[in-house]
Amino acid sequence: MKTIDLHTPISDYDLQQLKAGDFITISGTIYTARDKAHKKIAELIAQQKSLPIDFTNAVLYYAGPSPAPPGMPIGAIGPTTSYRMDAYTDIMLSLGVRMFIGKGSRSSEVKKLFVNYKAVYCSSFGGAAAYLNQCVVDAQIIAFEEFGPEAIYKLTVEKFPAIVINDTYGGDLYA
Amino acid sequence: MRTISQEELYTAVANLVVQANFHLPDHVVQALSHMRNSEQKPLPKETLNILLQNATIAATKHIPLCQDCGSVIVFLQIGTGVTIDGNLEEIINRAVADTYKSHYLRPSIVKDPLFDRTNTGTNTPAFIHTEIAEGNSVVITVYIKGGGSENMSSIKMFTPTADSEEIIDYIVTTVKQAGPNPCPPLFLGIGIGGTADVAMLNAKKAVLQKEPHPKEEYRKLEEVILQRCNNTGVGPLGFGGNHTVAMVRIKEASTHIATLPVALNLNCHSLRYRSTIL
Repeated sequence: MKTIDLHTPISDYDLQQLKAGDFITISGTIYTARDKAHKKIAELIAQQKSLPIDFTNAVLYYAGPSPAPPGMPIGAIGPTTSYRMDAYTDIMLSLGVRMFIGKGSRSSEVKKLFVNYKAVYCSSFGGAAAYLNQCVVDAQIIAFEEFGPEAIYKLTVEKFPAIVINDTYGGDLYA
Repeated sequence: MRTISQEELYTAVANLVVQANFHLPDHVVQALSHMRNSEQKPLPKETLNILLQNATIAATKHIPLCQDCGSVIVFLQIGTGVTIDGNLEEIINRAVADTYKSHYLRPSIVKDPLFDRTNTGTNTPAFIHTEIAEGNSVVITVYIKGGGSENMSSIKMFTPTADSEEIIDYIVTTVKQAGPNPCPPLFLGIGIGGTADVAMLNAKKAVLQKEPHPKEEYRKLEEVILQRCNNTGVGPLGFGGNHTVAMVRIKEASTHIATLPVALNLNCHSLRYRSTIL
């Protein structure tokens, strides 16, 4: 299949050229965050406390990996279901996140936010967690280590594959 | 009376946990392969290709099939001629906890659903269902169920006069609404009849039945549901195409004159289970 290879930091131009249905790969730095990390970030903001990372221009991957076996940077690492993060997506966009990777569909409110913020939502390959492991070159826990698999990891990835679901123009592969 | 030692049970459960998490059953691989070969559209075809590669990488490099190493559901058929030397639940949970740790499987169970969602760190407790059977053996099945597809479970209590068409509509609508979220192509377990709880348990058991239903009318119903679900066009991971459901299995039970429960167990493309007989 024809693929569009992107490198982080992903530029506005990169985001604007993406259309729902495109097969992309990402190389560079992406951050994991799932349910508990989102809730915690929302709490820190409500309490006006500082955040452990700068999300400006970040790519956020909804994932909770299995533990790294010896000799591997990480274990199995497929996407988790994205709609559970819908309630927090406005916050993450306001912090500067430009691309989200997960699996499954988003609420109509969140889809509008992607257009407003000129951000893109992609689905990676749900359940293909051993396959996706092969795209992770390095992994470091950078926040909320106490959350176990729900900690925030900084991943260095090479040709990490995903499909564009919601583009910056309101296009929706699932519509 | 035959006695099964703690070690025997522990080892059996530990082996099943490893097999289920790293090796897709042959019939599941065959189903994925068949769907890949018969798919024409490039994106769903490539998706099925990736899922097949995933199974190979998991098995050869010993990386879990999915990062969601699931709830561990254990079905036991215990013969009346058998005793187990020790506490059944304790042995199973110890085998699960040790194996999840030693094989770097992700623990995903939290202590309390509402007030204390602290990860137990061991992926226990396992969810254990026992049945009494004849004979002097124990049949053990370990079934690994991910949270994403479990969240799409559904039950509807139909009125007893409902016909199969209404039931088919409900099932197809549920699969369509679930869309990409439960990671299709789905292995769909359906429990019909019993009480609400029995129907849901039968839906779980149904998905582990390799062969189509032995009774013709249910077998036909399985085929119709499969066809109708595949006409929705949801496709692998919601990317379109002809394969939204890989397999449909029904387990029915007698029921009350006033009721007709229909329960759905949606399993993702990664149907992970293994059985053994002690």
